[in-house]
Order: sequence, then structure tokens, then C-alpha cells
Amino acid sequence: MTPTNTTAAPSDATPATDTPVVELRGAGKAYGNVRALHGVDLTVHPGKVTCVLGDNGAGKSTLIKIVSGLHQHTEGEFLVDGTPVRFTTPREALDAGIATVYQDLATVPLMPVWRNFFLGSEMTKGPWPIRRLDIEKMKQTADAELRNMGIVLDDLEQPIGTLSGGQRQCVAIARAVYFGARVLILDEPTAALGVKQSGVVLKYIAAARDRGLGVIFITHNPHHAYMVGDHFSVLRLGTMELSAARDQVTLEELTNHMAGGTELAALKHELAQVRGVDVDELPEEKDLTAPGASTKDGAA
Amino acid sequence: MSQATAPAASSPSPPAPPAAQKDGRTVERSLGRRLLARPEVGALIAAIGVYVFFFAVAPSFREAGSLATVLYQASVMGIMALPVALLMIGGEFDLSAGVAVTTSALTAAILSFQLTVNVWTGVFVALIVSLAVGAFNGWLLIRTGLPSFLVTLGSFLILQGSNLAVTKIFTGNVASDSIADMDGFDQAKSIFASEVTIGGVDFKITIFYWLAFAAIATWLLLRTKFGNWIFAVGGSQDSARAVGVPVNFTKVALFMGVGAGAWFVGMHLLFSFNTVQSNEGVGNEFLYIIAAVIGGCLLTGGYGSAIGPVIGAFIFGMVNQGIVYANWNPDWFKAFLGVMLLIAALVNLWVRRQATRR
Repeated sequence: MTPTNTTAAPSDATPATDTPVVELRGAGKAYGNVRALHGVDLTVHPGKVTCVLGDNGAGKSTLIKIVSGLHQHTEGEFLVDGTPVRFTTPREALDAGIATVYQDLATVPLMPVWRNFFLGSEMTKGPWPIRRLDIEKMKQTADAELRNMGIVLDDLEQPIGTLSGGQRQCVAIARAVYFGARVLILDEPTAALGVKQSGVVLKYIAAARDRGLGVIFITHNPHHAYMVGDHFSVLRLGTMELSAARDQVTLEELTNHMAGGTELAALKHELAQVRGVDVDELPEEKDLTAPGASTKDGAA
Repeated sequence: MSQATAPAASSPSPPAPPAAQKDGRTVERSLGRRLLARPEVGALIAAIGVYVFFFAVAPSFREAGSLATVLYQASVMGIMALPVALLMIGGEFDLSAGVAVTTSALTAAILSFQLTVNVWTGVFVALIVSLAVGAFNGWLLIRTGLPSFLVTLGSFLILQGSNLAVTKIFTGNVASDSIADMDGFDQAKSIFASEVTIGGVDFKITIFYWLAFAAIATWLLLRTKFGNWIFAVGGSQDSARAVGVPVNFTKVALFMGVGAGAWFVGMHLLFSFNTVQSNEGVGNEFLYIIAAVIGGCLLTGGYGSAIGPVIGAFIFGMVNQGIVYANWNPDWFKAFLGVMLLIAALVNLWVRRQATRR
């Protein structure tokens, strides 16, 4: 556990884009006969946000499980800093600087914020029989780190369960950053959040990016992805449907890919067979994009 | 909900933390709120209420000697309530805790007597056996993933049966033979079951052990890494594992802590009475759990203190003796305890809601 020097970290903010921190080449995963993921290419560069989008069952979870060390890939290559790796435990991934913030597994609700921040990597002082927590230092560090990420809390002693979902995610992100993560995997951090709270989380994703971290942002919300993303990968049924840099794709196209424009057109055709559904009122395939998206476009 | 005005997004270097001017923490929670957030506050209020009640209705309750008796009652149960409470904060139960005390005492008594060795040998072996029982409970729990309620219910029955059967094999009786005249007995008695006279009143030594253990447990819980882990494994086991807390180690250690407590109380009972009844201890496991719950430990884990079960055990001692001093039928004791438990559970619920409300 080497905490990153927080003041020096931003010097990496203009990342060297030559070697990606994490790279998947044609990676795939089969569970017995079921091929959950196949031929997926993904690169994560420091200081960039790579968004992975997809519907339920598209293989997003399998993908992050491979990168975070919960599962092993069964085909293709998984490289960290250009070296092929195969993690067997989440701990190994953590040691390689890959931290995962799960949507619901991030924190222990009844414990104070500062205890949560250092859980599993507590600071101690004193010789063994009376080795004890360095509470003052932990509180100060947690406070400073949270502030660095732009998170200001009323009281670090309050149980973290009293924070909003967005704030909890943010504490977990700040913790991962502090404990030396170079790659941050965020598993649907905005899925259970309201509009305002999602905005808060997106701000911290941007803050983490600007501190030189490579971010893998898993989501099924193209609007959220487009606000912070540098590269977009859309998964469908375990394969890569789209992989494009920000300047190669518009929000409309992204939304269309996510919504599955062709599938919706087929669905419309099926609905036409059902009595009582007025298909004329349904939009055409080309219209199956988010209205008002162009205005949000500029906000990112 | 307070957030920063802007994240570091705009500038490449993060803004220097706004100097340590008593922080941008907008509102400190009021002192009252923070006091209420302590797990043992509800129990403390209840303890004062019970004390005042018996002080009023039972004249003999007011004597110093009575206080010593109440404290003794409380300490024998309270020493066990401490590790049981820590285990409960860690999210598990130990239903075998009551008979484990008897198992420990029987082991020391029978082993010393049958082999005619110094009682300290028996005491030492009993410690190993007690720790092994705890380790077995913990190991079975983490290996099988069964709820601790089931696992320890099993070991409770195993121990209860073995206590009776093994004792009968060796003594042909339901009690162990007296070890009062054996080598080392007096020395061990002075450690585990002596008395200290303060101001003309005899206080059993367990009272002091009890308070010392409570202080150690509090320190362990609030000031050490291990304490942090206890709260974490009880509060959210999967989260704890995800951030690198050794969940299995923590749980096994907690069960072994209960074993150590059972050993200590077992030794006290053995050296107080020279002999052990092999059917004792059944039902005590619930008293320990009750003391922990009255003391504000959350039944589902992740919340509580080591001071709470001390107060819980003190309430237990007061009620137990107070009923006698008030010349009531002692049969009412359990009924009274049940009422106390329900009130405590409700008070704790209310207190916790107050504390976590912002």
C-alpha cells in the first residue's frame, strides 16, 4: 500500500498515451458451454475515461470481473503495462493498481466515514502489544484526501450509511485514488442514483481522470458516458458492437447503439401484429435517439 | 448535502486543501445527538432506572454488601458477555457459550483428578480445549457458510451431551470429584476465585477482572485494527472482504475469544466450588446474548460496544438480586428479564434512529 503522493499526481495529467495501463486483446470468457464474452478489445490509458456500455446481459460484468481479478479470461490476452497477466484474486489486481468500486459493495454502512476510508489498510502506531490505530492521522488524511477530490463532509464520524448514495460512491473513489490505484473500475456507479447525485459522481470521475488515473466506467446510460468519456465501447450479447473514440461518435449514434435501433425497429414490426398498438405513433428507426441530446453534448 | 463547489476537473493541479480552518464542515452534529449515537446510552438510562427502582422498594438493596453481591453476579455473567458481544458485533452468535464454560471447568477438574497432576496442568489443558472449541465453531462456520446459529446449536448439543457422558464415565456421577486438596489448588483459587476486602466489604476478584477485561475489549474494539475489522465483518462482510479485511481470521479469532472467556469463567466456578456439576451452563448462552443486546449491540452485527454488555450484565445482577432483596418470589426473575430485554431492544431501536437521522 503505497499511497500516491497526492500533490505530485497531477503532473501525469497529460498522459503518455503510448502504452495503455490495461489492455484486452480479443479477450473472451466462457462459462462451460456458455460464451459470455468473445473477442473484446479494450484499452485504458492514464488520464482517460473508457466507457463500457451495454444492456443487461451484454457481458459488462464479465468484462470487469476479468479485469478486477474475480474471473480469468479463457481466450485472448489481458495486458497490464504491456505485460500479459492473469489475476487469480482481487488482491492481485489491487496490487497491480487496479481498484474496483462496486455499486453496492463499496462501504460498511454503520461505520464512520474515516474508518471506512481506511478499512483493510489502517494506519497504526506503537509497538505490537499496544499497537493501535493512528486515529488523528487517519482522520486528517481522510479529510484532506476527500477535499482533494472536492468532497466536503459535515462530520467524518458520522456513519457512512447516512451519506447519500452518490457521496458513498465518491468516498469509495477517493479511497481507491488514495491507495495508489492507477486504474479505477466503476461498476454502474450512477445506476441507483438520482439525476443530481449522478452528476456528483460524474464530477469525481472527471476529478480522478484529471489526477492521471485510467478509468473504466461501466454504465448503461449513454448520456452519463458521453459527459466524461474519451472512448466508448458498446457490448452486445458478449461481443463488441462499437469501439470508438470520442471524436468518432456522436451522442445520437451512441444512444442508438445502446438502445439497439435495429432491434427496436424489429420490435415495432412485431407490435404492429398486435391489435391495439398504434405503431404509427412510434418513432422511426432513425428517430430512435435521445431528444435534446445535442444540448447535453456541449456540457461535457 | 454539502459538496465542493467544483471538482479538480478544471485545473490540472488539485486545489490545495482549504487550510485547516475548523473545516468547511458545515454543521457539527449537536453534542446530544453524538451522545445518543453511543450504543450504550439506552442501557445506561435503563440501569439507572432499575437501580433507583430497587433502591426505593428494597431497603437491604442499599447496603454496600448487597452492591458487592450484585456486582459479583454481574461479573460472572459479564465476563462471558464481553466476548459474546464482540462476536455479535462481528455478526455471529455462539449458542455453545453457556455449556462451554462447564466443559472447560470439567476438563480441568477431571484431568487433574484422574491423572493426579498439579491443577495448573488441568487449567492449561482446559484453556487449549476451550480455544479449540471456539476455533472449531469458527472453522465450521467459514468452511460451510452455514449460519452461526445452526453451527453453534450443533456444538451446544455436542458439548452438553459430552459434559454429562464423559463425567459419568470417570466419576459415575453427574458431578466431578472435588479437587480442593490437590497440588496448586490454593494458588489457582487465589487467582481465579479470591476476594478483596475494601472498606470492610468483601468484593470477589471476578469483579475486577470483569472491569479490566471490559477496558481491554473497549480498547481493542475502538483503537485497534482488529476492532475495525470486527465492525466491518459484522456490518457488511462482502464489503469488508472486497477491501482486503481478513474476514475468516477475524471470525475465527472472535469465536476463540468466546472460548477464552468460557475458560476463565469455568476456572472461576471450579475454584470457587471445588467441583463442577456437569449439567450446568445450559441456558446461560441466552443470558450473555441478552446482556449484549440490552447493552446496545445490534443483533444483526456491525454495531455495539464493550461497555454496553457491562451495563447489561449489571442490570442482570441488579434484577437478579433486587428481587430477592425486595422479598419477591424469585420466580419472577425471568419475567422481569424478558420485560427488560424488550424495553432495551425498543430503546436501542429508537436511539439508533435518532442517531442516524441528520
